[in-house]
Amino acid sequence: MARIHLSNLAHSYSANPTSEADYALKRLDLVWDDGSAYALLGPSGCGKTTLLNIISGLITPSEGKILFGEEDVTHLPTAARNIAQVFQFPVVYDTMTVRENLAFPLVNRGADRDYVRRRVEQIADMIGMSDVLDRPAKRLTADAKQKISLGRGMVREDVNAILFDEPLTVIDPHMKWELRTQLKALHREFGHTMIYVTHDQTEALTFADKVVVMYDGQVVQTGTPAELFERPAHTFVGYFIGSPGMNVLPARVEGTSAMVEGVEIPLGAAYPALSGKVEIGIRPEFVTLSKDGPGLPVRVERIEDVGRHRIVRLAFFGREINVVVPEGVSVSKDMNRVVLEPERIGVYVEDRLVEGQMMQGRAA
Amino acid sequence: MDKTVNQKAWFLVLPVLVLVAFSAVIPLMTVVNYSFQDTFGNNVFFWAGFEWYEEVLASERIRDALGRQILFSAIILAIEVPLGILIALCMPRKGVWVSVCLVLMALPLLIPWNVVGTIWQVFARVDIGLLGRTLSELGIDYNYTQDALDAWITIIVMDVWHWTSLVALLAYAGLVSIPSAYYQAAKIDQASRWKVFRYIELPKMQGVLLIAILLRFMDSFMIYTEPFVLTGGGPGNATTFLSIDLVKTAIGQFDLGPAAAFSLIYFLVILLISWVFYTVMVNLEKKEGV
Repeated sequence: MARIHLSNLAHSYSANPTSEADYALKRLDLVWDDGSAYALLGPSGCGKTTLLNIISGLITPSEGKILFGEEDVTHLPTAARNIAQVFQFPVVYDTMTVRENLAFPLVNRGADRDYVRRRVEQIADMIGMSDVLDRPAKRLTADAKQKISLGRGMVREDVNAILFDEPLTVIDPHMKWELRTQLKALHREFGHTMIYVTHDQTEALTFADKVVVMYDGQVVQTGTPAELFERPAHTFVGYFIGSPGMNVLPARVEGTSAMVEGVEIPLGAAYPALSGKVEIGIRPEFVTLSKDGPGLPVRVERIEDVGRHRIVRLAFFGREINVVVPEGVSVSKDMNRVVLEPERIGVYVEDRLVEGQMMQGRAA
Repeated sequence: MDKTVNQKAWFLVLPVLVLVAFSAVIPLMTVVNYSFQDTFGNNVFFWAGFEWYEEVLASERIRDALGRQILFSAIILAIEVPLGILIALCMPRKGVWVSVCLVLMALPLLIPWNVVGTIWQVFARVDIGLLGRTLSELGIDYNYTQDALDAWITIIVMDVWHWTSLVALLAYAGLVSIPSAYYQAAKIDQASRWKVFRYIELPKMQGVLLIAILLRFMDSFMIYTEPFVLTGGGPGNATTFLSIDLVKTAIGQFDLGPAAAFSLIYFLVILLISWVFYTVMVNLEKKEGV
């Protein structure tokens, strides 16, 4: 087991990439700590699978290096890297039984027979397939097959990392939750580095210690679920994580205030003069709605009750602002002002978060 | 919903029925008719019962031809199926060479059968043929018109040349339909090249291989044109396969009765062996689970 370091890595599927757009994976430098559970989150086509296949060696990157610990493995074949990978769609060896399927990676590495038998039974127990061990794998349902694939991914104890490429796509919703919990338990038990690719934020946030968010071939933020929620480093993170996503409004920022549609909004920090595309972002959770109070003038468009809280869709000079109203707070159609919590407002230039100067007296 | 009763539908089926009747049923019944009758010419027939069948089944000549036929089909399958799979495995999966390969592979299949026979007849001639002459010059005693073994080898090489492409193309179709995730998983699981073939490629090709084996069996069991053009069944009777023998009986000697009985038995043998093949292969598949 080792730390995985992707050093100055970039990948293009075309032989002679000329522009930035030719790269499926834009230049990045990323370190995966040994023994952590990561989620690689992003929309379809953002380069997640490419990144995963580069780590496992199914793709050789066009630029940069991959280091396992201190060892450069960039040009090592998959087998030599000792990586396990589970794919989006089930891969089972049709002519084998469930037991043979699970034992396959161990047998190929010449493991001791007693050990193989014990380990296979342990894994079968974990994925709940002990009673079908000697059945042919071909006849099983899609989710049973995927469980075999998961089991095969976890059967080796000495792997450098286990990679999951949206492994629960074909699994029933209730099974999804159960398997994710099991994966998590396994991670705690064996301490393998796990990288879990998904486009589902719930999956990412519940599984991972750290979430790596990708967008358009780039890693836009790496952080704990809380960090991603509280300080999105990129407007895409704000928009992609959270339900509904962050409110983003184009603004002119000067010192400690932002001007949006001619209305002044106080900020929690001071900013120098900013040029380019400047926006402010705030989570719907940190917006307070009132009737005839201070703040921005808005009109209530729609109130959606989603059980635990309500989501209020507001119109603000033709733009939409979403507000999450917690339980026990009343909302009515005639409310017409919102206040944004200054400390929770992030300022974004060209979609990236800009750190402001903490104001005197506020910084401890 | 009630079904609408419309007898006009029969008119739509009628053309097919007529076509099948004229192209298959009536000719077949004619053959059945001949097989039970005898004639001394002048279109006078009289009932012969099972006489011709008994004669055909007792005929040493036909039994020998059947033996040769079975041996020939067995050799053809044993060479063409593994060779076809091997070629399919070596063919590129993407890039410009795919179409080049496919066209090259399809070429032998497009040549009319009697032309194939003629090509090889000339090619293998000891006096002027490129192959025959070269072998002779190399000091190899080769003459397919006189030596039975040489004649067999020539016919088998010719058939392999003509038909291996079919197996290869079918196997290739099976191979390219395997999702790349299987190969990736095999790499991750550190499976050897042999294991990839044994546990991924071969099981996934099973369906197309069943078709390939059936087609090659039926065609090789009924082979007529190429050996007829190449060796004419000789030297002696060495390459007289069932259909060549049948044509000799029917057209050469005009023994319509025995020839009819012969063809019906021939037909039933092919039907029987094909059915056995199919059943065995399908059962094999079932045993492994569907």
